[in-house]
Amino acid sequence: MTPSRRTVALVAGVLVLGLVPVAAALFNQPFYIDLFRRIMIFAIAALSLDLILGYGGMVSFGHAAYLGIGGYAVGILTHHGVPNGYLQWSLAILASALIALVIGAISIRTSGVYFIMITLAFTQMLYYLGISIEEYGGDDGMRLARRSQFPGVIDLSDATAFYYLVLGILVLFLFLSHRIVNARFGMVIRAARSNEARTLAIGFAPYRYKLAAFVIAGAMGGVAGALLVNHTEYLTPEFMHWTRSGEIMFMVILGGMGTLVGPLVGALVLLLLEDVLSAWTVHWQIILGPFLVLVVLFGKRGLVSLLPGGAGRG
Amino acid sequence: MNLLLILEQALNGLQYGVTLFLMAAGLTLVFGIMNLVNLAHGSLYMVGAYLATTFYQWTGWFFGGVVLALAATLLTGIALEMVALRTLYERDHLDQVLATFGLILFFNELIAIGWGRAALYTGLPAWLGGHVPVLPGVRYPVYRAVVIVVGLAVAALLWALVARTRVGMLIRAGASNRTMVAALGINIRLLYTLVFGIGAALAGLAGLMAGPIYAVQPGMGEEILIQVFVVIVIGGIGSIRGALVGAIIVGMVDTLGRAFLKPTLATFLSPSAADSAGPALASMLIYLLMAVVLFVRPQGLFPVRAR
Repeated sequence: MTPSRRTVALVAGVLVLGLVPVAAALFNQPFYIDLFRRIMIFAIAALSLDLILGYGGMVSFGHAAYLGIGGYAVGILTHHGVPNGYLQWSLAILASALIALVIGAISIRTSGVYFIMITLAFTQMLYYLGISIEEYGGDDGMRLARRSQFPGVIDLSDATAFYYLVLGILVLFLFLSHRIVNARFGMVIRAARSNEARTLAIGFAPYRYKLAAFVIAGAMGGVAGALLVNHTEYLTPEFMHWTRSGEIMFMVILGGMGTLVGPLVGALVLLLLEDVLSAWTVHWQIILGPFLVLVVLFGKRGLVSLLPGGAGRG
Repeated sequence: MNLLLILEQALNGLQYGVTLFLMAAGLTLVFGIMNLVNLAHGSLYMVGAYLATTFYQWTGWFFGGVVLALAATLLTGIALEMVALRTLYERDHLDQVLATFGLILFFNELIAIGWGRAALYTGLPAWLGGHVPVLPGVRYPVYRAVVIVVGLAVAALLWALVARTRVGMLIRAGASNRTMVAALGINIRLLYTLVFGIGAALAGLAGLMAGPIYAVQPGMGEEILIQVFVVIVIGGIGSIRGALVGAIIVGMVDTLGRAFLKPTLATFLSPSAADSAGPALASMLIYLLMAVVLFVRPQGLFPVRAR
């Protein structure tokens, strides 16, 4: 089987990302390591959302919740003097998965616009919870005293090492997602998206499959959250702000939902655009907003569909 | 004394409830008839609050400011419908959510450019500033009482409009089968624009009445919008009756929870535990309520029949 253009684009993209620290060192612009690390962290979050949104057809408007949970898992343990990264990241994954299980169990019973509003409302609930817990900084948030510690393995305070760790996790998640969506499990999820009644009729209970996908996506989002708090070294409830959820969702649509390379492209283009616009004017959102509307109205298939010879959505 | 405090907070809850209802009615009408999820509904609330404040400052006449702001919000809503939202009716919910999310960014930034990001102070004329006795020995702020009365009056008007007039009949018909309504020779586009305009004016009314009570600032619309989502999810999306019941429930639960949860917890928890758990739990209360309602009735309290 010859690899599709999309796969070629994906591999080329990952290779280019791998060269960013080299180029940054060459031109003495360490800022770009920071920028592209942030882009990749959001690409991970967008990829996890794409699993349920693009492949599963579940329009979750609350995916920022898992960024927050992952972030708070790391932040809270550090706050209580437990900087061990293995513990912190395990907690981030477990807590995100558990909360995704609860949110999913309730919201997947509903569908359509109810699903959108409920996922949004639950995330808002977590946001207000973050605001009201003064112990962990409340509204203002709190500084992360030190990044997660992986003694003897990797030092996250080394910008380049941290960068490559994020890249590694991104590649790992791309591979995992590829395996998931092409496995029997992923087939059921995609079948449930296109026709839930038929999926039921051929003997699958979509609820359990959808819930499992929702939990997997939540856990992956939790990893993105753990990475993000290490990246910013500052934890605030803003991690879970509803505009964050909207942004992640927009990355998926912009790049092309239901594709693996789409979320990466979406995160790249949106965050670079924000970077350029915000350097230009403080009122950059007045440009971004209408841009978003235009993308939805005219570019629904995403940037990925612009790839030459790109086949229909898989 | 304690009973009086409960009465006052219950009135506050009712006042917040009718504000939520004014928002929820428009949102649920627009969804029920045009099948549109409009996140930018909160922006209309914000526009109403800003315009009322500004017009009041210009004219120095409170009532004039209110009328001008209502008219301007109505026009903003109609323009918004004709320029951007009309094309979204046939799209799926995902597109609608994203496009209206983009509109929110636009409106918030537009307001920030025009009025700045700091919260605005909205004054009240003297005749709305005092207190009014509601029971012997119980005084309640005049303005909040006016909000309650106006809110309930609008609810009654809306009921009369939907249940007793020809336009209302068309609205109900449009909600149950829009293709059939169009086939019977009704200008469905005009009906859509009209319904959207009504919804926008209601949101503007909610916003301009909320102005003197809460902070007028960019993003104020989204804070209430998400609570309005909780209202219509609890009430059943598309149902005005559900919106009213849901709004009163959510308004009461939220207000009473914020006022009394901490002292109640303090009676059987340590004061410090109550101090930290009280506000956290109070801010989560309506979402927990929503989860419980959905668990029992996934379509809300007043489900609308599927089309």
